[in-house]
Amino acid sequence: MSVVTKPGEALAQVDTIAVTIDGIEVQVPKGTLAIRAAEMVGIAIPRFCDHPLLDPVGACRQCLVEVPDMGNGRGMPKPQASCTLECAPGMKINTQVTSPVAEKAQAGMLEFLLVNHPLDCPICDKGGECPLQNQALSNGNGESRYEGVKRTFPKPVPVSAQVLLDRERCVLCARCTRFSEQISGDPFIALVERGALQQVGKYAEHPYNSYFSGNVIQICPVGALTSVSYRFQSRPFDLVSTDSTCEHCAGGCALRVDHRHFQVKRRLAGANPAVNEEWNCDKGRFAFVSGRGEDRVTRPLVRRDGVLKVASWPEAIDAAVAGLRAAGSSAGVLTGGRLTVENAYGYSKFARAVLGTNNIDFRSRPASAEETIFLTTQVAGRGLGDGVTYADLEAAKRVVLVCLEPEEEAAAIFLRLRKAVRKHKVQVVTLAPYASNGSVKLNATVVPTGPGDEAAALAGVELDADTLVLVGERAATSPGTLAAVVAKAESAGARFAWVPRRAGDRGAVEVGCLPTLLPGGRAVHDAAARVDVAAAWGVETLPSEPGLDATGILSAAESGELQALVVGGLEPRDFASAQQVRDALESAGFVVSLESRLSEVTERADVVFPVALIEEHAGTFWNWEHRPGVVNTVIRQANTPMTDLRVLAALADAMGTSLGVRTVDQAATEFAELGSWEGPRPVPAGKPNGAKPRANGRSAGFRVATWRQLLDGGRGMDGEAALAETAKPAVARVSPATAAKAGLAHGGEVTVVTDAGGFFTLPLEVAEDMVDGAVWVPTNAPGVSLGEFGVLAGDTVQLNLGGVA
Amino acid sequence: MTDLLTPVLSANWGTAKSWDIGAYAAGGGYAALDKAFAMTPDQVTELVKDAGLRGRGGAGFPTGMKWSFVPKDNPNPKYLVVNADESEPGTCKDIPLLLASPHTLVEGMIIASYAIGCHTAFVYIRGEVLHVVRRLRNAVEQAYAAGHLGKDIHGSGYDLDIIVHAGAGAYICGEETALLDSLEGRRGQPRLRPPFPAVAGLYASPTVINNVESIATVPSIVVNGSSWFSAMGTEKSKGMTIYSLSGHVTRPGQFEAPLGVTLRELLELSGGIRDGHQLKFWTPGGSSTPILTGEHLDVPLDYEGMAGVGSMLGTKALQVFDETVSVVRTTLRWVEFYKHESCGKCTPCREGSWWLVQLLKQFEDGVAAPGDVDKLLDICDNIGGKSFCALADGAVACVTSAVRHFRPEFEAGYHTPARELFPYGRSALFEVPEGSHA
Amino acid sequence: MSGHEFKSFFPDSGEVDMADTSTNIDETTIAELRELAARYPQPRSALLPMLHLVQSVDGRVSPAGIEACADVLGITTAQVSGVATFYTMYRRRPAGKHHVGVCTTALCAVMGGDALLERVEHKLGIGPDETTADGTFSLERIECNAACDFAPVMMVNWEFMDNMTPEKAEKLIDDLADGKDVASTRGATITSWREAERVLAGFPDGRADEGPSAGEASLLGKSIADAKGWAAPKPEETAL
Ligand SMILES: Cc1cc2nc3c(=O)[nH]c(=O)nc-3n(C[C@H](O)[C@H](O)[C@H](O)COP(=O)(O)O)c2cc1C
Ligand code: SF4
Ligand code: FES
Repeated sequence: MSVVTKPGEALAQVDTIAVTIDGIEVQVPKGTLAIRAAEMVGIAIPRFCDHPLLDPVGACRQCLVEVPDMGNGRGMPKPQASCTLECAPGMKINTQVTSPVAEKAQAGMLEFLLVNHPLDCPICDKGGECPLQNQALSNGNGESRYEGVKRTFPKPVPVSAQVLLDRERCVLCARCTRFSEQISGDPFIALVERGALQQVGKYAEHPYNSYFSGNVIQICPVGALTSVSYRFQSRPFDLVSTDSTCEHCAGGCALRVDHRHFQVKRRLAGANPAVNEEWNCDKGRFAFVSGRGEDRVTRPLVRRDGVLKVASWPEAIDAAVAGLRAAGSSAGVLTGGRLTVENAYGYSKFARAVLGTNNIDFRSRPASAEETIFLTTQVAGRGLGDGVTYADLEAAKRVVLVCLEPEEEAAAIFLRLRKAVRKHKVQVVTLAPYASNGSVKLNATVVPTGPGDEAAALAGVELDADTLVLVGERAATSPGTLAAVVAKAESAGARFAWVPRRAGDRGAVEVGCLPTLLPGGRAVHDAAARVDVAAAWGVETLPSEPGLDATGILSAAESGELQALVVGGLEPRDFASAQQVRDALESAGFVVSLESRLSEVTERADVVFPVALIEEHAGTFWNWEHRPGVVNTVIRQANTPMTDLRVLAALADAMGTSLGVRTVDQAATEFAELGSWEGPRPVPAGKPNGAKPRANGRSAGFRVATWRQLLDGGRGMDGEAALAETAKPAVARVSPATAAKAGLAHGGEVTVVTDAGGFFTLPLEVAEDMVDGAVWVPTNAPGVSLGEFGVLAGDTVQLNLGGVA
Repeated sequence: MTDLLTPVLSANWGTAKSWDIGAYAAGGGYAALDKAFAMTPDQVTELVKDAGLRGRGGAGFPTGMKWSFVPKDNPNPKYLVVNADESEPGTCKDIPLLLASPHTLVEGMIIASYAIGCHTAFVYIRGEVLHVVRRLRNAVEQAYAAGHLGKDIHGSGYDLDIIVHAGAGAYICGEETALLDSLEGRRGQPRLRPPFPAVAGLYASPTVINNVESIATVPSIVVNGSSWFSAMGTEKSKGMTIYSLSGHVTRPGQFEAPLGVTLRELLELSGGIRDGHQLKFWTPGGSSTPILTGEHLDVPLDYEGMAGVGSMLGTKALQVFDETVSVVRTTLRWVEFYKHESCGKCTPCREGSWWLVQLLKQFEDGVAAPGDVDKLLDICDNIGGKSFCALADGAVACVTSAVRHFRPEFEAGYHTPARELFPYGRSALFEVPEGSHA
Repeated sequence: MSGHEFKSFFPDSGEVDMADTSTNIDETTIAELRELAARYPQPRSALLPMLHLVQSVDGRVSPAGIEACADVLGITTAQVSGVATFYTMYRRRPAGKHHVGVCTTALCAVMGGDALLERVEHKLGIGPDETTADGTFSLERIECNAACDFAPVMMVNWEFMDNMTPEKAEKLIDDLADGKDVASTRGATITSWREAERVLAGFPDGRADEGPSAGEASLLGKSIADAKGWAAPKPEETAL
């Protein structure tokens, strides 16, 4: 049985008391539970229901100890559950180690748990890592005294498309139901029936569709909850585990990745008390098979006579170099937001030192010049200590969310905020068009805010030194919002943090995947900063003019101003206008694509280089806190041993300018040596080229409010059908007044018509608290991606009765 | 010396329309209110403390002391919850009291609520007693109409609402913390203590939970004084209480007597064991209290007396069984009750009661294996004192006490079915036809 | 065929009966559910009464009833289902017009409860937790109903039927089947299980005044005391 002590959790407190456990005196923080005090002296008391991150329940009774002295000279007449017993000064506790009473109580409890437990360890997923099995082996009787009938249920029953339940294996510790209620706030599973028939259940029509459902599989101390995707895939003892960091969002959750036969079999939440504690979201847990499909790029491709053909690496490199040489510095680099810091650093350096351009942008999503300024002046060059941390969220008085729906866009932040709300009464205020599911679970005060009205709404929110503001990447397209956050926070002494969505975003800012930034927060327009970088890189000069941002790069490529594009992993539909991206890729003179899967970019590329999947290489992700998270190589016999960095280094070599780094370690070392800029913080300089926020209300109609849902049409979820089934259905949401105005009715369908004449249809949900005059739609629902329609938050659309465009 | 029987709570049960406010008031009902309002809340609590009233729900905790635990500085509302779940096998005192004189409880609740500063009080009554629910709701309505409830009661400036809440079938909801969860609309499973209800009970607010009889006793104390009350009973078990005599006695029924009366005395009043039979075993306070035998007829039926002979006073539910009754059969049936009523939260109770039932069935069927009595006791030992709440302790108390007093009868279960030793039909009050399986 | 088909002991446990989704719940019911919720300082407290009301309308805890309760209280259907399956008074299959309970907890059982149950089962042709084909009766083995001094005890729609014998039980069932007026020994004239559930939910039926104050056994002590002139001391005698 694993013993889990939370370093830091208890030690942070100052008041300590002395207790004696099995004769060993130990100082423990006040309020420490006996079971954890025992851990501190190295005594593992067996347990099932206890979980340090869940409220104590004392249900399984496995952890009974004897208390000969409560600290007042008197003993407790009965054995006590050590997982619910708070240490008192002078208390004496005797565990199974020294107390025959405790030992017998624990043996008796184990026997009871086995009375109705099936003997199916050989076919149980948990066999080999099962606390009950371990207990039975180490402390159980060789033979059972129970001769009766065992309780059996039909097995297994799905509690969701992703989670299966074998009820007869369940020890009713209620960890899963407590998790769902206390931690994620999704009590779609509950204990049902009573007595010997008690079991975990869901309501027939309502599966356990929680974004966090996988955690219950992980904390189940037996094999009662298993995952559809992992069931019968492997024995725990045949798996090799690797610690890593999740690549799906900017949360930075620690992961444990288990593989066998050169294939990842499952991913578990890793334990990082500072970040994700011991939880993760289902996307991080289950979405890891997207690279296994037929569309995996395993060999370089070169376009010959208009057709992409498999080529050798030298051929492909030659072809790419020819195209890039011809373009010279008339090139643009689009990196996408999914790169490790080291890979992104490679692009940043490649653009400047090899191509000689500042035309580089990681933002494969709606962005703005305002945001460029914000990232340049307020985000880049900050380290962990300079920003807001997960722990800060718990310590704050109030957290204000601007353009951020944590449950959808930053799941680990959501969990930590929920803990902050539950345990520390932190108040959450959100500027949002309606109270989302996540807002409700955070008991958030919603400041009803139409899309694009965030800056104005923020003016009415009270901030002070105990307030934290989390501003999401969507603020980029809400005019004035980022500036308002900065101004308002500064004047109130409040701290703020930028929360991007993708795992590579924060690192990309830091390494300078922006037209205005060099690595370490050095501004392109700052000559001293340029000299600093040029010296470190051993190049004479660096391009001094700020480059084009993504939108600028794309239009320049389309118009022929730019002759070549180097493109990392990105999807056209994630941009403000997918069509613009496609047009640009098609019109661009020359396109080099670095990809692991065939995509709309590879389709239009001249040369395609295969790059490694996340599990095939090492690196670092900086999360939203600016905290580095280590990515380790899981699969060593990779189909594609090349990383983006190696490809770029090879291209650089072939072009005659060494990149100077070709391995992850080299890139990491060089980037670290470069360090953050210590000179003056960049101030906005001139007007960066590129996209301006669009004006709201271009035509009469309804404004679009939107954000991405955690489980959506993103390609990273491909291949995991069970996970996709647990996603929220896509709906369009309007207020009753809006519905009335547009002649729509709840339960029906609505057709959203854009100014450009595009349209799509979604089921309609009329929500009382939705702001008037707006319609909320998901950004990237499967099959309905706003990028395809060129629609941004704040744009106006017409709403028609479903099916009628 | 007080009289053998001292009807106070039951004094009006026989009057015409005793449940009606008219009859109740005519008998002096609601007279205690003004007397109580003339005192400070603390004085009322002190009075109840002085009287020595101990909880009548089973545990015997001093009622006044319980009230005084309610923190005065807690900003949350205070709640009084009356436990009318009466489901302990053998226990049948609160239900007749509520059927015959619901106003006694209502009056008591007003005084108790006043004492603890409560403005919303609840009665949690088991659901399976329809007519009692009717009478109680009716009484509350009448009390509102008469100005005993609602705003500014009797011009005292004190406000109180009473909510009558019917349960839905779960013995465990008599356990006070399970009751609170149930009253909050949840599964009735016991809560972790601490925090104790007095600090964080209903809606996490300070809450006093008392048995029906405990609260119904309060008006008489207020009217007659604490020394009147403490003049009855024994040194540490004060006052009068209701004893319920059931089973193989000539005339079963309710007897209100000072604490400390003996079963022998009560048996005499009820005409003794039914004709032609002798006492075999009995429970002093429901099936959760260890059984006793003819040896214990003269032990005072008070908290100390019963503790002295290894049992408990419990709910004073005296279930009497004669020599026709198989202890094994009875014990099995009780354990089946606990298995049925186990809430399922904790392992020893849930799994242990499941196991015990199967094992005891083997004893009943005469197919237990030699040595199984010790196994039975060992399983009981692994349950008793290890569970989350006291339900499981009750479940094993009947087994261990039955084995203590009747071990040979269990050992007979190694070879002979209980039914053969004690033909079941003979225990029934009516002729049971040959061939019946019952 | 393997011949080792998996057999479960509790195949139907865990959920309400989803095979039958019929319901009579309408706007009036929803309004009454809301009314119940409004009676408490916190609405969820009303869940038990609300489920009683659902039973009075649908004859069981219906899927629609669970959903309505969840909706009114803003909790999940799993939470409601967890509550509905915890308490024995909530039925997953339709109860009969009259719901008959026979107490078979230890004391009633030995005093004749077991024999009574056997007789009633035979008479109705159903076992515990079953309902007669015509929907008139359902049967339940009940646990101690706080009437031990009237053992053996039966209940009809949760009204007391004290001091039962097999003959009385047969007559009781015949009379109910014939639609005759049947009075509880300590209660009102029997109506129906659904009407009883409505009263339990908190909507009175005005029958509180029916029936006696107490049964004979309840009055035994008091009548002996009266006969003997016994009473509690007078306050003035006990004043310090
Ligand atoms: C399993 C169990 C069932 C109980 N049932 C009842 C009951 O039905 N009625 C009751 O008043 N107390 C019952 N109790 C006792 C209560 O928990 C609590 O002690 C009592 O209501 C307090 O009231 P009192 O102090 O007035 O006695 C039960 C306790 C347990 C452990
Ligand atoms: S002893 Fe445990 S299972 Fe039994 S009723 Fe109490 S808490 Fe529930
Ligand atoms: S671990 Fe302590 S009771 Fe379960």
